Amino acid sequence: MLRLSPKTTQKLAMVYIWGGGVVTVLILLIVIGYVLVQGIPGLSLDFLLTPPKGGLSGEGGISTVIVSTVYLVALTMAILVPVGLGAAIYLAEYAPDNRLTRLIRYGVEILAGVPSIIFGLFGFALFVTALHFNFSILSGALTLVCLLLPTMIRTSEEAIKSVPYAYREAALALGATRWQTVSHVLLPTALPGLVTAIILCIGRAIEETACLYVTLGGSAAMPTSLLSGGRTLSLHVFYLAMETRAFDKAMATGAILIVTIILINSLTNWFAYRFQKRIRGAG
Amino acid sequence: MAAHEGTCLNHGKIRAKGVNLYYGNFQCLRNITMEVPRCAITAIIGPSGCGKSSFLRLLNRMNDIIPGTRVEGVIQIDDMSIYDRSTNVVDLRKRVGMVFQKPNPFPVSVFDNVAFGPRQHGQNNRQRLEEIVEKSLRRAALWDEVKDKLEQSALALSGGQQQRLCIARVLAVEPEVILMDEPCSALDPIATLKIEDLMRTLSKDYTIIIVTHNMQQAARVSDMTAFFMMEDDRAGVLVEYGQTSQIFTNPRDKRTEGYITGRFG
Ligand SMILES: Nc1ncnc2c1ncn2[C@@H]1O[C@H](COP(=O)(O)OP(=O)(O)OP(=O)(O)O)[C@@H](O)[C@H]1O
Ligand SMILES: [Mg+2]
Repeated sequence: MLRLSPKTTQKLAMVYIWGGGVVTVLILLIVIGYVLVQGIPGLSLDFLLTPPKGGLSGEGGISTVIVSTVYLVALTMAILVPVGLGAAIYLAEYAPDNRLTRLIRYGVEILAGVPSIIFGLFGFALFVTALHFNFSILSGALTLVCLLLPTMIRTSEEAIKSVPYAYREAALALGATRWQTVSHVLLPTALPGLVTAIILCIGRAIEETACLYVTLGGSAAMPTSLLSGGRTLSLHVFYLAMETRAFDKAMATGAILIVTIILINSLTNWFAYRFQKRIRGAG
Repeated sequence: MAAHEGTCLNHGKIRAKGVNLYYGNFQCLRNITMEVPRCAITAIIGPSGCGKSSFLRLLNRMNDIIPGTRVEGVIQIDDMSIYDRSTNVVDLRKRVGMVFQKPNPFPVSVFDNVAFGPRQHGQNNRQRLEEIVEKSLRRAALWDEVKDKLEQSALALSGGQQQRLCIARVLAVEPEVILMDEPCSALDPIATLKIEDLMRTLSKDYTIIIVTHNMQQAARVSDMTAFFMMEDDRAGVLVEYGQTSQIFTNPRDKRTEGYITGRFG
């Protein structure tokens, strides 16, 4: 085998690491740049404020799509956060270490890896058909909750568990009850992690297409109730690309999506940074 | 040994009788019987792993949170039998405070740290809380250093200040007993002396039990000393217990003598 001097291997390693970094950044820039360059010319206030014409033309704007997206994400989070947080608190702080708990954890792991279209099929069978919610924001949100619950539980559980054991001991030794310890020490301390978990889920809800395709329907009309159908931004891109020739509109919608995701990510970072600074006591 | 205040009568504050502690199948402590005087400082010394921390944590039932622990025997604080079924752990921990080896203030302000206990126990009156916080910080000899930074994060304090903050946080709950598990092991000598001074002052009103690996510290600060040691099966036993002056100058047990001279030398 070829023997290389440590100096050479060091150089090769640097080239490899740098190369990996450069390729990653390039791909990112190309994708985002391409969508933005193609999409931004199609953006205007008008585009944001008029409803899509629907049908095969692909004409019109995305006002109803934005509204549907906001409704759907809001409803999803309103159900997801309390349920997911409750489960995470239980698993992190209360669950005894026994077979059942391990089974639940294992189940959560598996569910996190199931493709979203499978959740879509489940949501279609249960919410759309059996419960007669039809293609609706409600069906879509409930399906998203099922899809995102494992992520929400796992990330929140990690956040809660990352709180130093010494804080638990301190609180309990001061005569706090277990629940007081959870609610007044663990949750506030874990807050940045919990917010990150929530924002991660919001991001995924906005990105999701497959499972909504079979539960939310694709109505371009303005939603009037939880039982109205609708389409999210991602779904709209999908419809525009697959069923119309309005490629420019798809790109414009894509640009909005990318900007939204970037904003959400910056918000997460900013929040985590502020929080860290506060609890570290710098400044 | 002292009986300074009216509340401090001259008989045992804490009485342990025939206490065994098990972690699962492992017996950690065997047949511990001792009486801890009130309003005095009792030091617990002994080699690593002999169960000093475990014994301390028995007294405020902090071992309860470790699955698989089992306790036999009786421990009483005044008339409260702490392992009795009817004993409320929260009430017990209000009476028996604990200071840990590593300073562990919460990542919130100095004020909120000290106010934590009273708040959990229902005190929400801002003015009352301010009084409690000031009084506790004064008692912990920390007030002058932090009175201008009550709203700053407690994590910005030095290690020694953090440890005194933790003591203030305990005092705010108005306990009768304060347990300290190697409270100075993470501190420099000057901070250590401050804590020792503080302990001496507090011992007028509080029953203090301190675990320490520092023989000089035990000799300097305590009234009573208990020497724990492991037997062949690694279970900890109480080898010798008596006045600190007697233990350090005239130990009755060979093992005590060996340990103390070894550690001093
Ligand atoms: N949670 C636990 N589960 C099982 N065994 C434990 C647990 N905590 C302590 N032990 C065991 O009990 C024995 C006594 O531990 P403990 O921490 O009380 O000793 P210590 O005298 O405080 O030692 P050190 O001086 O090192 O702090 C040790 O053998 C230890 O391994
Ligand atoms: Mg110890």
